[in-house]
Amino acid sequence: MKKKIPEIVNSTDQFELTVEGSGSEKYVLRLYIAGMTPKSVHAISNIKKICEEYLNGRYDLEVIDLYQTPQLAKGEQIIAAPTLIKKLPFPLRRIIGDMSSTERVLVGLDLRERK
Amino acid sequence: MSKNKMQVQTQSLPKSPTGIKGLDEITGGGLPKGRPTLVCGNAGCGKTLLAMEFLVRGAIEFNEPGVFMAFEETENELTTNVASLGFNLEDLTEKKMILIEHVHIERSEIEEAGEYDLEGLLIRINFAIDSIGAKRVVLDTIESLFGGLPNVLILRAELRRLFRFLKEKGVTVIITGERGDEMLTRQGLEEYVSDCVIVLDHRVTEQASTRRLRIVKYRGSSHGTNEYPFLIDETGFSVLPITSVGLTHTVSTERISSGIPRLDTMLSGKGYFRGSSILASGTAGTGKSSLAAHLTFAACKRKERVLYFALEESPSQIIRNMRSIGINQEQWVKSGLLRFHSNRPTFIGLESYLTMIHKAILDFKPEVVIVDPISSFIVGANEFEAKSMIMRLVDFLKMNNITGFFTALTGVGSEMEGLKVNVSSLIDTWLLLRDIEIGGERNRGLYILKSRGMAHSNQIREFILTDHGVELRDVYVGPDGVLTGSARTAKEAVEDSEKLLRKQEIERKQLALERKRKALDYKIKELQDEFEAESLEALKAISIDTELSKNFLQLQRDQAVSRKADTDQKHTSLK
Repeated sequence: MKKKIPEIVNSTDQFELTVEGSGSEKYVLRLYIAGMTPKSVHAISNIKKICEEYLNGRYDLEVIDLYQTPQLAKGEQIIAAPTLIKKLPFPLRRIIGDMSSTERVLVGLDLRERK
Repeated sequence: MSKNKMQVQTQSLPKSPTGIKGLDEITGGGLPKGRPTLVCGNAGCGKTLLAMEFLVRGAIEFNEPGVFMAFEETENELTTNVASLGFNLEDLTEKKMILIEHVHIERSEIEEAGEYDLEGLLIRINFAIDSIGAKRVVLDTIESLFGGLPNVLILRAELRRLFRFLKEKGVTVIITGERGDEMLTRQGLEEYVSDCVIVLDHRVTEQASTRRLRIVKYRGSSHGTNEYPFLIDETGFSVLPITSVGLTHTVSTERISSGIPRLDTMLSGKGYFRGSSILASGTAGTGKSSLAAHLTFAACKRKERVLYFALEESPSQIIRNMRSIGINQEQWVKSGLLRFHSNRPTFIGLESYLTMIHKAILDFKPEVVIVDPISSFIVGANEFEAKSMIMRLVDFLKMNNITGFFTALTGVGSEMEGLKVNVSSLIDTWLLLRDIEIGGERNRGLYILKSRGMAHSNQIREFILTDHGVELRDVYVGPDGVLTGSARTAKEAVEDSEKLLRKQEIERKQLALERKRKALDYKIKELQDEFEAESLEALKAISIDTELSKNFLQLQRDQAVSRKADTDQKHTSLK
């Protein structure tokens, strides 16, 4: 049966709608780093901050060192380091960098509308 | 000590053989060992294949495991793609000789958020190399990174690091790159790979496509700088380095029969030189292929192998046609001494055709190669290409001491000796077949335009196709010019009757002479008889006269006595 779709008036409404719809979903995140470089350290602290702020209580973040488990790099198709992979919810996204740009991270996590 | 020093000096750059036919020859032994090589070219020119063959040959022939980092295709796609070229990647992967790793980059999945590097990729490559102990690595095509990662500055810095890392690792690397408009590669990869750059090209001229390879640079090593044609077929990649051939081949003094006794006689009695190049040129229907068939026959009889490239006829057509002049080629095909290759060069392109000829020759190892006709190589205005191709073919055959027999069709009405492609200088023995039109007939004439290294006949022979092969006859050369065919027969008949008449005339004259001699003899006898009779009479008369005068003297003395006359001193002295 045809469901009634609320009419989208502007982009802000759309955003609200998306957030509303995905608000309860659990986020599965994996952060791949290559050793404890300054970039890695920044990435870990940045992503933790963002998760606490925007995904409080509904995220699962794991930090993996590629030097320890290099075989994972192939399976996860990692090219850059650090790489944050959003495994759930779909679609899969990769956010590369030290996560210093919060805005971009949020876009990557589908918490912000893509410009 | 000094010996060691010398070795260091003469030792050239260590090289990693590719195992690809021809490529090792023009690179002087392979790609620079432990360094990256850039292979670039347009889409579909065979970059991936060249790289893959490098790994496969390395694994099979040189026992060097290899890693293939595929940025564009998945493992399965690659395996399927190269299986059609005879590479069994599954097997090699199982044996841990080859590792294919697909690097997936999807722009839409990636979000940049801050500083990053490509350590992930380096870790993967490193892990892949270490897991099978790879000596060879292929990155195909690393430019995909530029599509996936927007920050070019980071990327360029990281690529530089990647290549440094690979060099440190001591692996021989092939990096493929798409050809750019201005630069060799779209992203200027040549900037990072400065050791060896190979450009592949795929171009179409006159509807025939040709693949070419050129080594743009090879640091620390000499290399062929020309464009070399290459071919991709069911056995992989092959490059043709023929133009690198020097004119150093040793020649044979052995002679082989042309299959036509009279022709052998014309060629100072023994036929062609083994390993020489022979050209039979002529207008349509002058019997060029028949000469080729005779050579085939003679060679097969000697149990030599013959490779016959038929450019315009199918093998069965040639066999049927040659049967009509009494040459059965089928038996040799069945016994494996004769092999036909029938296809048009325009179908695959000149260079590819040449490569095909090479492969076929290397495969079959013939003593005699026939190309019928070479004029088929010329399509449109590619004369220069055709000549260079024929030149390389001739060189190749000579180098391998293979006798090459080429036929060439000359245009009707054009100069007999003027081939469309000027290859005469490449040819050792040139037989010219021509039509001689006399008395409403077209007859075939053959003469030897040149034949290096032998005292050949300079005469025209009439060339007759009979049901038992080609026959050569002397032509009539007389005050009316050269006559052939029935004109020759007629002229010969006229000559014969003339000869008969002359003979009769001579006999008649001889007879008359004889008669004259006899008459003379008779006359001489008569005169002699007459003379004898006369002389007899004269003698008789003389003796009578003597007697008479004696008597007269006596009478006088008697008278004197009777007259008592004194003796006159004067008279006594007369006594």
